[in-house]
Formats: sequence, structure tokens, C-alpha cells
Amino acid sequence: MNAHAPQPAACDVEIRPERGQRAVFCGLTSIVWLHRKIQDAFFLVVGSRTCAHLIQSAAGVMIFAEPRFATAIIDERDLAGLADMNEELDRVVTRLIERRPEIRLLFLVGSCPSEVIKLDLSRAALRLSQRLAPEVRVLNYSGSGIETTFTQGEDACLAALVPGLPEGMEVDDDLLVVGALADIVEDQFARLFAELGIRARFLPARRAERMPSVGRGTRYLLAQPFLTDTARALEERGARRLAAPFPLGAEGTTGWLRAAAEAFGIDPARFDTVTAPGLRRAWQALAPYREKLAGKRVFFFPDSQLEVPLARFLAREMAAELVEVGTPYLHRAHLAAEIEQLPGGTRVVDGQSLDDGLDRCRAARPDLTVCGLGLANPLEAEGLTTKWSIELLFTPIQGYEQAGDLAELFARPLDRRARLEV
Amino acid sequence: MQLTVWTYEGPPHIGAMRVATAMEGLHYVLHAPQGDTYADLLFTMIERRAKRPPVTYTTFQARDLGGDTAALFKDVVAAAYERFRPQAMIVGASCTAELIQDDPGGLAKALGLPIPVIPLELPAYQKKENWGASETFYRLVRALSGTPVERAPVDGRRRSCNLLGPTALGFRHRDDLIEIRAILDRLGIAVNVVAPSGATPADLGQLGEADFNIVLYPEIARAAAQFLEKAHGQPFVETVPIGVGATTRFVEAVATLAGVDPAPVLAGAPSRLPWYSRSVDSTYLTGKRVFVFGDATHALAIARVAAHEIGFRLVGLGTYTREFAREVRAEAALHGIEATITDDYLDVEAAIQAAAPELVLGTQMERHVAKRLGIPCAVISAPVHVQDFPARHSPQMGFEGANVLFDTLVHPLMMGLEEHLLGMFRDDPEFHDGAAPSHLGHRPSDGTHAVGRAPAASPLAPAPAPIRIEGEAAIQTASWAPDAEKELKKIPFFVRGKARANAERYARERRLPLITLETLYDAKAHFSR
Repeated sequence: MNAHAPQPAACDVEIRPERGQRAVFCGLTSIVWLHRKIQDAFFLVVGSRTCAHLIQSAAGVMIFAEPRFATAIIDERDLAGLADMNEELDRVVTRLIERRPEIRLLFLVGSCPSEVIKLDLSRAALRLSQRLAPEVRVLNYSGSGIETTFTQGEDACLAALVPGLPEGMEVDDDLLVVGALADIVEDQFARLFAELGIRARFLPARRAERMPSVGRGTRYLLAQPFLTDTARALEERGARRLAAPFPLGAEGTTGWLRAAAEAFGIDPARFDTVTAPGLRRAWQALAPYREKLAGKRVFFFPDSQLEVPLARFLAREMAAELVEVGTPYLHRAHLAAEIEQLPGGTRVVDGQSLDDGLDRCRAARPDLTVCGLGLANPLEAEGLTTKWSIELLFTPIQGYEQAGDLAELFARPLDRRARLEV
Repeated sequence: MQLTVWTYEGPPHIGAMRVATAMEGLHYVLHAPQGDTYADLLFTMIERRAKRPPVTYTTFQARDLGGDTAALFKDVVAAAYERFRPQAMIVGASCTAELIQDDPGGLAKALGLPIPVIPLELPAYQKKENWGASETFYRLVRALSGTPVERAPVDGRRRSCNLLGPTALGFRHRDDLIEIRAILDRLGIAVNVVAPSGATPADLGQLGEADFNIVLYPEIARAAAQFLEKAHGQPFVETVPIGVGATTRFVEAVATLAGVDPAPVLAGAPSRLPWYSRSVDSTYLTGKRVFVFGDATHALAIARVAAHEIGFRLVGLGTYTREFAREVRAEAALHGIEATITDDYLDVEAAIQAAAPELVLGTQMERHVAKRLGIPCAVISAPVHVQDFPARHSPQMGFEGANVLFDTLVHPLMMGLEEHLLGMFRDDPEFHDGAAPSHLGHRPSDGTHAVGRAPAASPLAPAPAPIRIEGEAAIQTASWAPDAEKELKKIPFFVRGKARANAERYARERRLPLITLETLYDAKAHFSR
């Protein structure tokens, strides 16, 4: 039990479904971090000018070098049937691979328009794979906004990787960690698992040819809370999920590591020895922020599906008060360990009705509002302090060594407001 | 299908949002999936607007497609009306909703709302952002400008005009407007309505009361002005007042239409640009090679300022606004060059490399290209970045705009005296080839330009190697004889790139396999005409 927990763990969390206007990015946005993670992969969105504009806007206008993503923009000629769309796609891919010969893995990423016109990207991927093999493997998934929100794009991408993963052994002594983590975080976790005596492999790997194997003996740990389809695909390959909280904050990280340690029969004393230094540093780094965040009332707008673990972290480790925890989609099984640690009476909203949410937020006047980029400045202008949630995806926040950084992301907006005199 | 890494313009419904967001009392219901809501951040983050755009998205999902997306659209329109109570609404579809063909206009009409509801048809697979802004503004003006009014006789009456074109997310629109208003005020001309920026639908109903219109941004307001000319008999001025010459012509044109005397506004030296360009320090600007790319309004205006008001030499001019390709081609022809008309930034990059400019005046895309090539750059046009909405007053239009442009265009370059010092002291450690202008902290690639090392390319002249040339011209570059190469190093670095390129071009055109000392000076003589 954690001595810092302000309230007892409770099951009386109110989960309220909501439908209406949403204000969340679509799954294409996750390409922004996925293409940094898988270093020899290219993401080709098959979509409209809107898709291209979205990615470049969400990526903070532009990334310097020529990025490993692009959009094949469907135009009038394609839609009118004047051009054969498959031929056009083959032409675009050929030009792309000529230009970027270092690419080993190409994702054809479906979009709203490609889904609506029922362009069969799985067949296109198969056809192109045969043509480009063995140098380039071609996979497809959908990042469309009619099927995915924001982080679900990563889920769809990883799920597309699963069927092609090498077959694992019947008895698997390795742990599979699933979900894109910043390289530095991945390396920290790999070291911790190694000290525990567990060999850990990571999905996605940094290079296409080094993707981990999976099989009937595989036990896996989700590093991100939005991997519904990936988990399902892994289960279909026979892998088993280890139930755990997510590695956000000191407690979350310990709980996450412990789930693996217990499953792999690691001696509890050894677990304590291995985790003690990191845990100590995490609490040390968190202490100054706890002073700033304790008692602060926090409102989460739905965005990344990280909201529930983040709320748990803020409530338990930072002693913040949760006004409302909105999330675009709530996977109750994957988040079971998180939900049960939320303070009693926490209101979790599954889904979104933007204007109703704004009404509740304005009425509650929270000390800190966690929201998407479209809402942040207008709410600041209304006198509310905000934290833009997309930074929580682009910044390394998992694990012991990043616990302080995570707290700082929430404390900085409050700090800014406190400093400014004009 | 077009392979696109970055795009100069968003889809046409973004243009509609720029108009709606600029206005007051107007609401836009957009039939679109949730991903399209990213557009809000363009306004709230890039432009730092304090209010959300007045846009409600239906955010339909895959599960709605099997059901009734049309009913969803109607519900959303009705709810948006109830919540926001706008004076008028515009309704339309984004790219995805266009494919499901729900007819937003017809559905909204069927609701029988007590306000004007204007349907927008913005073909997303064909048109782009600026066209969308123009079409939206035109539709609004057409629907709301009302019946022609009888204007009072002009005798002795103060004349009035409308200012058309400024939108949300427009490049310097906020500050341009302040300058133009000040000029009109000094001319004694009243401003009847400014639109779209700050106008309500009711204000659009007053448009017909003005004596004439001023089109500040033809991409956005020309269509509306042409309609007003026809429907309300209002002539319009379309001279874009960017630069001293254009501002002077603008003042004269406006004064003529209003029957007032332009002299008080033009008297004296209303801009510092002419004197700054004539002062001896600016000698170093003379004939500097510049490449200009942007939307048509800004590319044309800046090309003229660069060539005629600062004395640069235009080596490239282009636009991504295909609708204005003819004008841009004609302007390019006046400078003896061929215009680059493309919306593919890789083509623009190739054109910049081929033209080997010493300064690039472009958009945020060209800023990145120039950075990669190590060429100084200033941003003169959309697409915009958060930096393009400075806290200070920073217009491009009017006489103050000309002052701002002088600074903007000259700042990335080395100051005149500094350039001479570099030539004189180029062997000194502080003045080695890699030294950046002292007023610029950054270098494209620090570390490679360590003191005492002679880099292959000077900051002002990129190595010409990666030029992509098609067909016949793509023959091998001649190699350099050692003595010629050595001689090249003695040439001041800021002209060395040009010397290298000229010698290689000279050799290529004559199919010389080797560039000797002789070739180097032959080329110098050849190109020094």
C-alpha cells in the first residue's frame, strides 16, 4: 500500500457514457510518433488533402528533415474512375520507394475517404508486398477518423504487425512489452527487466526486421492503455496479457513491473532490491510537484485514452482532486487495475459531447484543465489554466525516471500562471 | 493521386472556416468525421485566437454510416442553432462527407430555421483552401448583400468604401488592415464595412451602401467584388498596396474613385524604404539573386518590391495559387525568367537549387528548404506558422508595410560593411568562410564549419551538386583542374558559389571535360556582361 494515497481505493467510480460532437484527432495523428519509433518504416496515408493538412498541422507545422510519412491524395480523376486507383497507388508507391530506398516496411494507412469509397488497401498491400519483396514489406491499417481516435492509430498499426510476427516457442521465457515507448524509456525498462532476470522484447521494435516473436507461450504487458485490437490480435496468436496498471508515476511503474515479476516467479525480495533505486528517485523527483499539485482540481477532456491512468497518478501520487475524467474510449478490462485505484466518486465520462463537456468544465472552474490543442487557448482566455494533452504523447513520461517530468508537465501551467503579473 | 509530403493549402472547407472565424454572428455546421476537428487548432494555436472557431462538426463515425447520417446532420444543425443563435449559418461537407452525398444544404433548408442558411459546395477533391475562402465569401455576399440601394448624390458628400478580403489565419491581415484604414482616414474616405474580418451577416447587408470596394487580397475577395460590381454597381480597386510603388498607385486609384486629392497622403517621404535603398550601405543589396515563392498576391507584390525597390535581381518567381498562374507568369516574363507554378514543394526545392539564389523569400516551406541549403530566407506569405503572428505591429501593406518589408528582406543578409570586412579579413579566424553574419546566431550546420576549415559551400551559395536536371541537360559536370580549384578558393566566398556555378555551366554548355584556370576566367568574362 502506498503511504501517499489520500483516499482509499474505491469501486464506486461513476462511468457515464456520452455521445455527441467529438473534438479528438483521428488515428492518422499517431504517425507523428510511430514514424520516429520504427526507423525504417514509411507511412503512406491514402486519403485527401485534409489528411495531409491534419498531419502537418498536428506535427507542429513541420518537422525539419524529409519525414517518413506522406499522403497519396485522392483526386477527382480517381473518384470519377478516370484513373484506376490501384494503378495510381502502385505508381505512387514505386516513386516513393525509388526516392527512399532505405525503407523496409511500408504501411498503407487508410483514411476516412479511402474507407468510405471502400478502397481495398489489404489487397493493395498484398500485391505491392509481392512486387517489392524481399526488400520491402507492405502492410495496411486504418487510421480513419470514422473508426479510430488519435491513439487508436497506434493500436491499428501494431495490430497490423502482429500476424506477421515470427512464431514464438511453446514455452516462452521472454516477456513481450507492447506499445510504442520513447527509446530512452524502452532502454530503462529493458535494464530493469534484465536486472529482475526477465528477458524483455518490445513491440514495435525500432527496425522492421527485428520485430519480436509471439506464440502460445508468450506473456505480454501493455505499456499503453489504448491497444485493444493489438491485444486481441496477440491473444489470437495464443499470447496472454498480464493484468497490470500502466507505468505512469512511481506507483504505476511499480505495479506494472510487479505484474511481470509475479508472472515470471521473481523473488519479491529481488524485486524490491531492483526497483528500490528507481522508486526512491521517483519519489524524490515527485515531492516538489506534490506540493504544487496537491488539492488542485483537475478536469480531463477526452483525448488520448491516457486520461484514466493519468488521473489515477494525479489523484494518488500528487493528491490532486478529480473533477471529471473524460476519455474517448474506455476499455474496462485493460483499465481494470486503474479504475479500481481511482478515488471513490470519480466521474469518468466515456465518449464526448463537446459543448456539454465545456458547460460542465466552465461550471466547475477547475484549477487545471487537460485538453486538446483546439480548446486550450480559448479556455486560457476564459481564465482557466490548461495543459495540452498532446504533449503527454510526444514526451517520455513512463517509468521511474520520468515520473518527475510527468508531474512537471501538469505543474508548469500552474507555475506559469503564478509567475505572470500582467 | 498525388504524392504529397507537405501541402501549401488545406482543403477548401478550411477556407470557409477562415471566413467564418473572421466574422461575428455566423455559424458553420460542417458535416465531417471527428479527425477534421484538428482545424480548430490552426486558429487557436497558430493564430492564438481566444475563441473557438464558430464551427460545429457532426463527427459521424463508421457506425453512423449504416444508419442515418442525414438525420445526424439535421440534429446537429438544429442543436447548433439553439445553442449559438447566430444571425446566419453556412452549411457544407468536408471531403469524407462529400462522398456520402447527404446534401447538407437541402437538409438544413428543410429545418426551416428563421435565419438565412447558406449552403456551400466546396469540391474537396478538386479545389483548395483559398478557393474555398473565396467561394464562401462570394456566397455570403451574394446571399446577404440585399437589393441594390439608391446611394445619395456624390456632391460634396464624404465617399465611403468597403474593405474586402481580410480573413482569419491570413498572413499579416490584422496589421495590413490597420495601415489601410489609416490611409483611408487621411484621404477622408469613410470605411463602410470591413469583411469578412469582424463583419456580421447584418453588416454584409450594408455592403451596397458604399460607393466602391477595395480588394485587399484578390485570392479571397475578387469574386465577391465582381459580384458587387455587377449587382450593386460598385467599382473596385484591386491594386495590392504592398511596397512603395504599389501603395502610391493604390492611393491614387482610391483617390480617383473617391474624387479626393491624394497629395496630402503622398507628400513628403511617407516611407523610409526609398532612402534606405538608396543609402550607400545598400550597395551590397544590388543585384543579389532572390527567389520568390508564395501565394499569388504576395509573390507578385514582393517580386516587384525586391526588384524595383531594393534592387535585387529576381532569379525565381512562383506561386502555388494556380488560379493566378497567368499573372505570375506575366510578371516572371518581365524579369526574363520562367515562373514556377506548382503546389509540390519538392518541385519548388528543385527550382530553388537550380536558380542558386542568395536569398529566398517564401513561405514556411521555403524557409525549411533554404535552411537545408544554407541560404538566407525571409517568410513573406502563407502557409503560416505561429511566428507569422508577431505580437508587434508588422504590416506588409501601406508605407509602414514597406518599411517592415525593407527590414524583413534585408535582415537575413549580411550588412553592407560587414560583407566588405569579411572579404578583407577572410583569412582571420573570426572571419572564416563558415562565419555567420554577426547579427544571426544560427548556422544551418554548426560543427562542420570549424575555424580554419574551408567548407565546400559558402553560406550564400549552395554546392550545386544535387540539382535534379531532366533529360539532355543532365550530363556529367566537368571536373576541376587543381590550379583552377585553388584559384576558386581565393575568390571571396560570398561570390565563390556563383563563380563555381558559372564556370561549371560554361564548361557544360561547351562540353568541356575539365575546368582549367583558363576556363574559370573565360566563364567570368562570359557571364560578367
